[in-house]
Amino acid sequence: MSIIVDKNTKVVVQGITGKEGSFHALQCKNYGTKVVAGVTPGKGGQEVEGIPVFNTVREAVEETGANCSLIFVPAPFAPDAIVEALDSGISVVVCITEGIPAHDMVKVKDYLKKNYPESVLIGPNCPGIITPGEAKVGIMPGHIFRKGRIGIVSRSGTLTYEAAYQLTRVGLGQSTAVGIGGDPVHGLSHREVIEMFNEDPETEAILLIGEIGGTEEEEAAEYIDRYVDKPVFAYIAGITAPPGKRMGHAGAIITGGKGTAKAKMEALKEAGVYVIENPAFIGETVARTLGVLEASQEKRTCEAD
Amino acid sequence: MKLHEHQAKEILAKYGLPVPEGKVAFSLKEAVEVAEELGEFPLVVKAQVHCGGRGKAGGVKIVKDMEELKEAVESMLGTVLKTFQCPEGKPVNRVWIEKATAIDKEYYLGITLDRSSEKNVLIASASGGMEIEEVAKEDPTAIITEVIDPVVGLMPYQLRRVAFNIGLPVKEFVNIGMKLYRIYEELDASLVEINPLVTDKNGSIVLLDAKIDVDDNALFRHKDMEEIEDKSQLDPLEVEANKYGLNYIKLKGNVGCMVNGAGLAMTTMDIIKLAGGEPANFLDVGGGANVEQISNAFRILTADKDVKAVFVNIFGGILRCDRLAQGLIEAVRNVNTDIPIVVRMEGTNVEEGKRMLKESGLNFVSADDMWDGAKKAVELAGRCE
Repeated sequence: MSIIVDKNTKVVVQGITGKEGSFHALQCKNYGTKVVAGVTPGKGGQEVEGIPVFNTVREAVEETGANCSLIFVPAPFAPDAIVEALDSGISVVVCITEGIPAHDMVKVKDYLKKNYPESVLIGPNCPGIITPGEAKVGIMPGHIFRKGRIGIVSRSGTLTYEAAYQLTRVGLGQSTAVGIGGDPVHGLSHREVIEMFNEDPETEAILLIGEIGGTEEEEAAEYIDRYVDKPVFAYIAGITAPPGKRMGHAGAIITGGKGTAKAKMEALKEAGVYVIENPAFIGETVARTLGVLEASQEKRTCEAD
Repeated sequence: MKLHEHQAKEILAKYGLPVPEGKVAFSLKEAVEVAEELGEFPLVVKAQVHCGGRGKAGGVKIVKDMEELKEAVESMLGTVLKTFQCPEGKPVNRVWIEKATAIDKEYYLGITLDRSSEKNVLIASASGGMEIEEVAKEDPTAIITEVIDPVVGLMPYQLRRVAFNIGLPVKEFVNIGMKLYRIYEELDASLVEINPLVTDKNGSIVLLDAKIDVDDNALFRHKDMEEIEDKSQLDPLEVEANKYGLNYIKLKGNVGCMVNGAGLAMTTMDIIKLAGGEPANFLDVGGGANVEQISNAFRILTADKDVKAVFVNIFGGILRCDRLAQGLIEAVRNVNTDIPIVVRMEGTNVEEGKRMLKESGLNFVSADDMWDGAKKAVELAGRCE
């Protein structure tokens, strides 16, 4: 098992005829993802890399049974694309697009919560989601991931790759890796993804990668403290970030003394999370800690015998 | 994007909101003309800079006659105003001159995005004039928050509730609040803040100060806003970087960093610090990191004279490292620099990329991973000091 996407996920790519859309549609397909359709209004009937293109998401769903959408539509039109996917019965919407206005996302998120509480939005401004060996619905390089039992949830793209690569190198594969995105208003939160990992029997440990800004990591810490028994590791980026400056991501900003890396790390530590200070040793720390944990568990069973 | 107080007040006035009568002046001559036009004293002269805490730093002066006005304007225009909120200072190239208001009571009013509820909120307090964060810390009960529904928007009853609660003239406040919300929506603002909102001796509401920030992501539908941005308030290198779609923020250290992706860029700054150094900047060339971006980034990075060594940390994935190396070599040849450049890259053809850097004859140092790269860059930067 895994969370959100697997080998049965059928993907429709919105904005498939664009440069990014066509490139990544092919990358996902080559990875083994079932990319069953593309959508670009006005280009229905064409094909991109052997994938049929439709005018509307509804048509794509009716014709191909797509249940997951991957969006590359430019920012001014992306809110429309997200809502179109939801209204067409898509239950997992992954929006890669960067630069969507916050006011638009406030409305889209409200619409999602009120009308499709069971549907899942990932992003925007995110690398997407991957269940190694089964489905890649995003822009991440597939080869650095490996099937395994660590669940990753992260607000950033390349930092997720770095972390996954380190885990893979020490022999720790991943159940699913979710990039939730760097915008202030977005789909799945750290807490929601951790909840899913917690319930997924194949995820044995969780790695949370956070960054400055907002209070999502603190909210995740609260949840972990109350409900999660699996080992959770965390790294928070931005301990050196100056307040009041937006660090690339619209959501990565310390305002009014809120959202500092230090506060997040403390909240996570208090919740019993292993907080990793040096980002070059994420893989090593997880491996060493899990090794130690396993050893002590064995010891416990031995003693019980 | 931040607006100046005078720009914000001009917008408020256009919506018929009660701001003190005033005008902006870019020179002493213009300031005198403005004063003559306003036709009365006392007047208030306010330096226009993108940082708070102006009052205590001498950026706000009440003047009783023309002589005082000239003195005040001369003390501000052309200077760099340093406040506790921005110790590095901002250049003053314009002043706002307005009729003085006889203040009775001060309040706070703001509209902004609340990330936890993922909705916009209206925040009000009877403790005006001070930073709202300070109020929140000292007495959270002094702050009233009204969550704005994204579909129906801010409702008048919410404003009535606030007005009754903090003792403001209800009808007047509702009218003002509704207009401010309209401005917030129509401008795609991330913040509209009136601090202080005051009542004058006649009991009428006056919006004494105004701050408006516009969401950068929404500027594509507000071209007029982009045109009025005062770029002098930003770091020139940051402005240059923005032109090329790069995210650059100048910091105090001497180790320049060039990274793809915002999260990894922050992480790289952190690891430089862990290795005992200080990052000179945040620089995100974009997750995809193409060669042209890298070339521009390198030019901007090395234009900062504090940079004694550069740490390039690129997690390419799909990006080919031989092409990255080629781009780096070209970039270094173009800017003609001899500062050491530590390169850590991951992606396809890593070995080929490393060989190219080595054989270029330029001052490249290869790193095996992030920690190795950070340590090497910090050490090389230290050696140059």
